[in-house]
Amino acid sequence: MPEPARTADQRAATTVAAFPGAQLPQTSVKAPPFIRIEHVTKRFGTFTAVSDVTLEIQKGEIFSLLGGSGCGKTTLLRVLAGFEAPTEGRVFIDGQDMTDLPPYERPVNMMFQSYALFPHMTVEKNVAYGLKHEDMTGAQRAERVREMLDLVQLTEFAQRKPHQISGGQRQRVALARALAKQPKLLLLDEPLAALDKKLREHTQFELMEIQEKTGTTFIVVTHDQEEAMTLSSRLAVMDKGRIMQIGTATDVYEYPNSRFVAGFIGSINFFEATVRTTGAETAEVEVPDLGGNVTARAIPGLAPGQPITLAVRPEKVHLARKRHDLPNTFPGTVQSLAYFGKDSLYRIVLPSGHVMLVNSVNARRAGEHERVADWEDAVFLSFDPAAAILLKD
Amino acid sequence: MRRRSTFLVTMLCFGFAFFYVPILSMMVYSFNGSRLATVWGGFSTKWYVSLLSNRQILNAALLSLKIALLSATMATILGTMAGIALARFKRFRGRTLFSGLVTAPLVMPEVITGIASLMLFILMAEWIGWPASRGFTTVTLAHITFSMVFVTTIVHSRLSEADAAVEEAAMDLGSRPWQVMKDITLPIISPAIVSGWLLAFTISLDDVVITNFTTGPGTTTLPILIWSKVKLGVTPDINALATITVCIVGTGVAIAGVILNRAEKRRDRDARMAYQANQ
Ligand SMILES: Nc1ncnc2c1ncn2[C@@H]1O[C@H](COP(=O)(O)OP(=O)(O)OP(=O)(O)O)[C@@H](O)[C@H]1O
Ligand SMILES: [Mg+2]
Repeated sequence: MPEPARTADQRAATTVAAFPGAQLPQTSVKAPPFIRIEHVTKRFGTFTAVSDVTLEIQKGEIFSLLGGSGCGKTTLLRVLAGFEAPTEGRVFIDGQDMTDLPPYERPVNMMFQSYALFPHMTVEKNVAYGLKHEDMTGAQRAERVREMLDLVQLTEFAQRKPHQISGGQRQRVALARALAKQPKLLLLDEPLAALDKKLREHTQFELMEIQEKTGTTFIVVTHDQEEAMTLSSRLAVMDKGRIMQIGTATDVYEYPNSRFVAGFIGSINFFEATVRTTGAETAEVEVPDLGGNVTARAIPGLAPGQPITLAVRPEKVHLARKRHDLPNTFPGTVQSLAYFGKDSLYRIVLPSGHVMLVNSVNARRAGEHERVADWEDAVFLSFDPAAAILLKD
Repeated sequence: MRRRSTFLVTMLCFGFAFFYVPILSMMVYSFNGSRLATVWGGFSTKWYVSLLSNRQILNAALLSLKIALLSATMATILGTMAGIALARFKRFRGRTLFSGLVTAPLVMPEVITGIASLMLFILMAEWIGWPASRGFTTVTLAHITFSMVFVTTIVHSRLSEADAAVEEAAMDLGSRPWQVMKDITLPIISPAIVSGWLLAFTISLDDVVITNFTTGPGTTTLPILIWSKVKLGVTPDINALATITVCIVGTGVAIAGVILNRAEKRRDRDARMAYQANQ
């Protein structure tokens, strides 16, 4: 049961501030974008790996590209680094057109998914490699290498070869090597994929700390949604070479703009629905599977009679044994429950036979009998109109 | 289990004996004091001494060495380039054909390669007047063509196993393609290059068939000389000569093997450590 790391803040922010399709953070209105990807398409033969991607990224951001396997994340990164020429479109960094520059002339460095350390060089030589092309004295180079090794806490391993250090240490060497040239933009392709969960979480925070210290703009590719939400100021969700939604973690989690994004980030319940009435704030939709009407947050362009999808996150649903006077309350029966310690996941069968997932935090320390509901219990579930998401596609 | 292992050991001994008894007996008889190849006349190194004063043999050995050095070096340069092209350029017009053409000589009977080389030299002499006569140059050229295949194969397999991202990383850090070649690619494939050179060297050093087709009057390499002498009967000085050749060739092949083996072991260890680190 994946749960985004910032859920608490996100819930607090679920008021009016954000709105569906929020594209950029507030500061972006003034600042010109630091990185601008304009209608970039990349085809391999007849296969389109990246399809008409337009993106703007601000200086100092940690931006995540999130998407399933084969959706074109690495390809987009390689276009930015200069390893692939886009079939169409242009790439600008800091106002300069980079599209036709080779990788060795771009102010961009990349941390490869496989780390790609030079096997025949020591850790120190690896980190120093990029500096030999910089206009620096020997002493300055040595100083920079020392700083970088310090930053990633590898000073004592400086003389080891890559095969003599652990996976996590290798990952830090790769990071130090990419940062040593002080690039304007650092591209990270699944930087943490090879690490175990504990080390990954630890390294996430290290990465954020390093980003804060250096002020470098990061673009991080990942297929791990938790990682994207923890790390990034904003993220883009990709599918089949297209960008489906761009926004902060809160935006895409609380205000998904499509079934794909809603289903990709976190888990969610979908229902087929039909629009009945629409208002400024809320809309009434009929949901046969729930056996009644639901008041949901309105989205623009709704017309009565229109078929639509209703989406409700499991943790936004409240469970109770007694019926109470809340909007969007429906009866159901507990089919099964899974206890995870900090929360429990209930599978509730609705009278229509449809199963709904409900996630409930175990706030109190309770024994078996004191739980909100148990197997086979008849319960009432309810959710706030603000938690009822309407999706057109 | 036990019986089977006895059986296997016996088989192994027979196999080794089959291969090495002839060579060993030749080595032993090279220290034979008697002139007759079949009679043991006590231990002696006089055939080795007599070799050293035999101008004909020394000249042939020197020529063989020259040809081997030159052809191995050229074959290594060309073969390395072909190997890199095959390993790193996944798509270019005629790649399949190129790759087939590069490896075909591996399985081609030497006689065919020899005849083909001879035909080419004769035709070229007719069309462009070069080579006017056959000798050192033609033998060296022929040796280059058939030994570079081995270099190509070794370099290709070594480089295919190496992560192409390593070279991209160097380019990403500001190196131009030729710098990447110098700093990254060549060091990574250096064990393959060295062992390729050694193989090419030993192949050239002991070749009879192709040399026979492409050589001319006055150019007698060591194996050719041995071949012609043996036709008149095996003498102990031939045994001595052959023993030296076996030692040189054996050492070359062994060093090539050790170098490749060490690189492989290191790669295995890297892979194992990477795997463990990911646990
Ligand atoms: N050089 C290439 N030639 C042909 N097709 C390619 C090439 N590189 C990538 N592709 C295809 O483009 C698509 C996108 O690949 P890409 O590597 O960008 O995926 P990804 O999003 O990084 O996936 P993953 O999460 O698995 O790394 C894939 O279907 C892949 O097969
Ligand atoms: Mg990828």
